[in-house]
Amino acid sequence: MLYAILCYHDEDFVGSWSKEQDAAVMEKLAVVQEKLAGQDRLGPVARLLPTTAAITLRKDDPPLVLDGPYAETKEQLLGFYLVDCGNLDEALEVARDLGAANPGGAYEIRPVGMFAPGGLKP
Amino acid sequence: MSETDAAWIDAALTSARPQAVGALLRYFRNLDTAEEAFQNASLRALKSWPQNGPPRDPPAWLIMVGRNAALDEVRRNRRQEPLPEDDHAISDLGNAEEEIAERLDGSHYRDDILRLLFICCHPDLPPTQQIALALRIVSGLTVKQIARAFLVGEAAMEQRITRAKARVGKAGVPFEAPGAVERSERLGAVAAMIYLIFNEGYSASGETAEIRKPLCEEAIRLARLLLRLFPSEPEIMGLTALLLLQHARAQARFGADGGLILLEDQDRSLWNRKLIAEGLALIDKAMRHHASRPYQIQAAIAALHSGAESPDQTDWKQIALLYGALEVMQPSPVVTLNRAVAVSKVEGPAVALAMIEPLAPRLAGYFHFFGVRGAFLMQLGRNEEARTAFDRAIALANTSAEAAHIRMHLDRLMRDSEPRGRRAGR
Repeated sequence: MLYAILCYHDEDFVGSWSKEQDAAVMEKLAVVQEKLAGQDRLGPVARLLPTTAAITLRKDDPPLVLDGPYAETKEQLLGFYLVDCGNLDEALEVARDLGAANPGGAYEIRPVGMFAPGGLKP
Repeated sequence: MSETDAAWIDAALTSARPQAVGALLRYFRNLDTAEEAFQNASLRALKSWPQNGPPRDPPAWLIMVGRNAALDEVRRNRRQEPLPEDDHAISDLGNAEEEIAERLDGSHYRDDILRLLFICCHPDLPPTQQIALALRIVSGLTVKQIARAFLVGEAAMEQRITRAKARVGKAGVPFEAPGAVERSERLGAVAAMIYLIFNEGYSASGETAEIRKPLCEEAIRLARLLLRLFPSEPEIMGLTALLLLQHARAQARFGADGGLILLEDQDRSLWNRKLIAEGLALIDKAMRHHASRPYQIQAAIAALHSGAESPDQTDWKQIALLYGALEVMQPSPVVTLNRAVAVSKVEGPAVALAMIEPLAPRLAGYFHFFGVRGAFLMQLGRNEEARTAFDRAIALANTSAEAAHIRMHLDRLMRDSEPRGRRAGR
């Protein structure tokens, strides 16, 4: 089963990391990702630009375009992973590994209902 | 406490600072008390967070603890006797934290942060004091760090900040929630101040460039913060985009010898694509508002440069048009000079030279004027006049990098003007 691991964290806090802190976190996360990739379990991974770059389209009639992210929350959606896991326990295991590499914030673990891999190259 | 803990707490305190100090300032209406309260709360955080785990909402925690600590202080002074230390009550905020967090979610904290930024932009303060004050109060840099970035001694910087604070204190801080017009005026002043901070870092060169680069990063952090508070302000999108697009070139702007590398000579593979992508996204957003103002236009110009894979693919025609629009909004000889550079690429140096000749009286002391004039003259083959202009530019250069760049032109002139026979015989 495919699981989406949605990464929530305080954007102000992440934005206050020094370049070295940021690089250190990314490096630790890469180790977890490499392990998953080696087991052919890793799908697309994305780190999103700050929510200040976001636009929200409200699907009203007519549709309404709003500046900013969809939800004003204390923690923001900053990225996601798609991981192939046998069951929820395995997905939690992956999230725990990622969390150990990058503490703070929260992961939302959501089983994926439909997945089209698409043809994008990185 | 492990090193990771310390680094984590440091980042949490930095990111919580504008909101927390802003709220404490609203509460105590005194900058020194607010700063001291935040300082106290930070010290308690260093003690409490590693033991009890970080709070769910660090700014709310810091505001609550800072406020209590300052109130205790007042009570203690009143009774002239020490109160027992009561760390337990502080580390177990429970519902109180949630309660205050809820109140913070309201509109207050937006104006708190804006006020905090705004008091640093008091018109009586010279720009250098505005910047120093903002870096101290809003960003929480130490006096030592700020002194280093400004290349002055710590004592001198301490004095500068104290003077600035005294002046702000005397002027009185506006505490009432601002009306729409006032809010937009404050926003404009704060945007200008953030741009000043950025320029302090951006205009540095040589050995100091690396030391002052954090100023650029801090300005970007503040711009993003402001944009999160005012997500539909196109000019704040423009400001943030401008800073991101300019900073994206940081790695390519200086050679190994510290010399300034002009845009057209930069190794474009060193440009930071992630920052460029963010800048372009913000311009796209801003353009939808059809409310072009100077920061957006400057950002659009920077975007056109960022989008060109090589200098000869630059859309100079569009850049000339944008400078034209900027000239209408913000008439200034420097903008005209920049427009002339773009025009020279489209219509040739003769037209561009004619454009800048009338600027001579107003730009008589401006390095770039003579650099640009010399370049136009050189392209027109008027080498003697070009040399005179370049000599003047060197005399006016602000940094050794600027002077070195002009000397390069002069060397080229020398080579070109040598009699052919002599060159061939070499």
